[in-house]
Amino acid sequence: MNERLRIFLKALAAYVVLNLIMLAGAGPTPAGLSVYNTLWPGRVRLPWGERPDLAYNLSLGNLDAMFASHEIAVPKKDDEFRVVLIGDSSTWGFLLKPEETLAARLNAAEMQRDGRRVRVYNLGYPDFSLEKDALLLHHAMAYQPDMIVWLVTLRSFPRDAQGHALTMANMAEACAAVGRTCEPRVRSLLERTLWGRRREIADLARLQLFGAAWAASGLDQYYPTQYEPVQRDLERDEKFRTYDRASGLPRVDLTFDAFDVAAHSRVPLLIVNEPMYISDGANSDVRYNFFYPRWAYDAYREMLRDEMRMRGVRYVDLWDAIPASEFTNSAVHLSPRGSQMLADILVRDLER
Amino acid sequence: MLTQIRNWGTFVVSALALFWLQPASAVRHLDFWLPCATLALAAVVWVWTLPVFEAANRREVVVDVAVLVCAVCGVALLRDVPALVGVLTRTPPPEVAAVALVMVLVIGACAAVGRMRGKAAWAVGVAVLIGLLLLQKYAPATEVASGALRVLQGQSAAHASAFDWRWFGFSYVAFRLIGVLRDRVIGRLPAMRLREFVTFAVFAPALSAGPIDRPDRFLKDLRAPYTLMAPQFFAACERLLLGVFKKFVLADTLALIALSDAIAPHLRPGWAWLPVYAYALRIFFDFAGYTDMAIGFGMLLGVRLPENFNAPYLKPNLTQFWNSWHMSLSQWFRAYWFNPLTRALRIRGWEPAPIVLLGQVSTMMLIALWHGVTANFVLWGAWHAVGLFVHNRWANFARERLSFVNERPALQRVVNMAGAIATFHFVVLGWVWFALSTPSAALHALQALLFLPGLR
Repeated sequence: MNERLRIFLKALAAYVVLNLIMLAGAGPTPAGLSVYNTLWPGRVRLPWGERPDLAYNLSLGNLDAMFASHEIAVPKKDDEFRVVLIGDSSTWGFLLKPEETLAARLNAAEMQRDGRRVRVYNLGYPDFSLEKDALLLHHAMAYQPDMIVWLVTLRSFPRDAQGHALTMANMAEACAAVGRTCEPRVRSLLERTLWGRRREIADLARLQLFGAAWAASGLDQYYPTQYEPVQRDLERDEKFRTYDRASGLPRVDLTFDAFDVAAHSRVPLLIVNEPMYISDGANSDVRYNFFYPRWAYDAYREMLRDEMRMRGVRYVDLWDAIPASEFTNSAVHLSPRGSQMLADILVRDLER
Repeated sequence: MLTQIRNWGTFVVSALALFWLQPASAVRHLDFWLPCATLALAAVVWVWTLPVFEAANRREVVVDVAVLVCAVCGVALLRDVPALVGVLTRTPPPEVAAVALVMVLVIGACAAVGRMRGKAAWAVGVAVLIGLLLLQKYAPATEVASGALRVLQGQSAAHASAFDWRWFGFSYVAFRLIGVLRDRVIGRLPAMRLREFVTFAVFAPALSAGPIDRPDRFLKDLRAPYTLMAPQFFAACERLLLGVFKKFVLADTLALIALSDAIAPHLRPGWAWLPVYAYALRIFFDFAGYTDMAIGFGMLLGVRLPENFNAPYLKPNLTQFWNSWHMSLSQWFRAYWFNPLTRALRIRGWEPAPIVLLGQVSTMMLIALWHGVTANFVLWGAWHAVGLFVHNRWANFARERLSFVNERPALQRVVNMAGAIATFHFVVLGWVWFALSTPSAALHALQALLFLPGLR
């Protein structure tokens, strides 16, 4: 037989066999395929990147692959007190280098707890959604945390703000995380083949490849040389999303039930109302910042405090703990110094 | 008949491909005029290099010119067909009347140039082509040219940028034309009709990344009867697919982590080699992939383009590396620069070592400047020039003293392997200059690669 035809037939046979393996659901798991924590060092924050070409990082919907690339995937040591940080882009560390994030600052404090070395893992993930946070926390429970620190802000709470790409991609687990039952989406036959899963496979391959850049440079996000600083002068607008002072902020519209996942886990939980920029510019008598009118944020703080009291959860309200000069491009993104200041405050709560 | 169809088809498609592949420009109509300028230059050089100007077959000339004019006017006419605007040119072409007027001027220029012959005139031609290359490669000059063109078009010169002037394929076209002028001077240029000459100069598969063919060899294929049998077709497809795989799978994947200005300032000692290796492999697969595609397309058209790569990273020394990396470019420089220069210096009684040094430094500098007139390309050229000179001297020194190595195959294999590893790493370190935009960025990367704390 012609040599080339033989090679072609072999390749075709291999392709068919691989498809059959995929169809049978017997393919290797993404976590099993990860070369992080073996060939490359684990990432210190979850993979996320809007511009992969500049950030040497990418966003993907595969939770197993995301966690497998994280340093938390390393087996827990006996003398380790494992703390996971959950939150939005502020916790993830937008515009902060890996060594400047809150988690890195807390680790630098070299805390001890119950005679064990405190090791803090950054499981923050950009964008505001409590259900997304709950999903990540639900997934993180497999990594045996000893304590959960969950940083929240009002923007993560509204029910109509929960449609995050990560929750969409992991709907069944996202529902389980917040105590709902959803019908898991059944993949069609084509979607289960190599062809149907090509995007997923390509993302997984790119994530492994970006590990080389991560190992070589520690880069996992794009740092622009210039950015628009947080808005100081504000519109005279009292609206928060669709709510205004007259309608108020109905408690039922806020996703407090997302905290159930932490309650069910029986792992000690610390809820932190994260610091935010408080403007002293135009119309700051009406709004705290671009995100929040004063009335809505004040109402939220009150509701959050009551909720935590009712749940018996430790709660610290650090909304005004960081000076306005330590915010970068948004009302919640901290500067390296701001991140250090927040860590200095939280160290006290973590050691207790 | 089939050969005629292939020849006419390749001629017209290659001319149209110039327009199709030309990137958009902020200068009005420049994406139309630059391909026109390429065709006009090819036509002028053809007229100039005819053995005897009057000897051209007038009927053939009229037919070839008519087809070329129709093709260009056809592109210009697309501006009046809204559905087809943007198909061949990125922006709407200029008025057909303006295009026709320019073409009349070009034909007049060809007639005038045809009567200015002799070495001095051809030298002027080479100088003009080199000047245009410099204009394209030297960003400040490109910006000035862009500003002038903007003013001519009634646009503000304040926004002039080097990006306005991206003359697709001109780097390769210019080298083909310079080679042709030089071949004419030394009497090696075969007689070609306009259609053949333009096809050679702007052969579509080799427009974007070469290879740089020689006119006599190209013409032999073009004049051979065209047949496309199954084995030839499958071999061409195989080469094409190999090129697609190298470029779009390997090179584009490696590009994700390859050395760049973005990652260079953050490189950590030890791991820093990963992006540099990735860059070295990426540039090879990218370029070799394009070459495979060009050769594959060429085979479909019955033209066997020269090979550009021959496992360059496996070569045991730098001289062999340059004999197998971008071979058509290095052969071009050897034929049209290095050999004439070293011959001239030998005649003047120079010693071998200075001849080699001057020949290699000047050749590598020219190759470097061909990539772009920047400090980093110059440093890259100097890096290789020094490497080539050192290897030349070492080979001279070791030829007799280490001849016993050649008698022991096992030892020879070990030496070759060690040589290949050393050569590969020398080339890889050279890519640091090539990949980064400033010497300071390159020095920082080299510091991380070589664990040199003092350079920071």
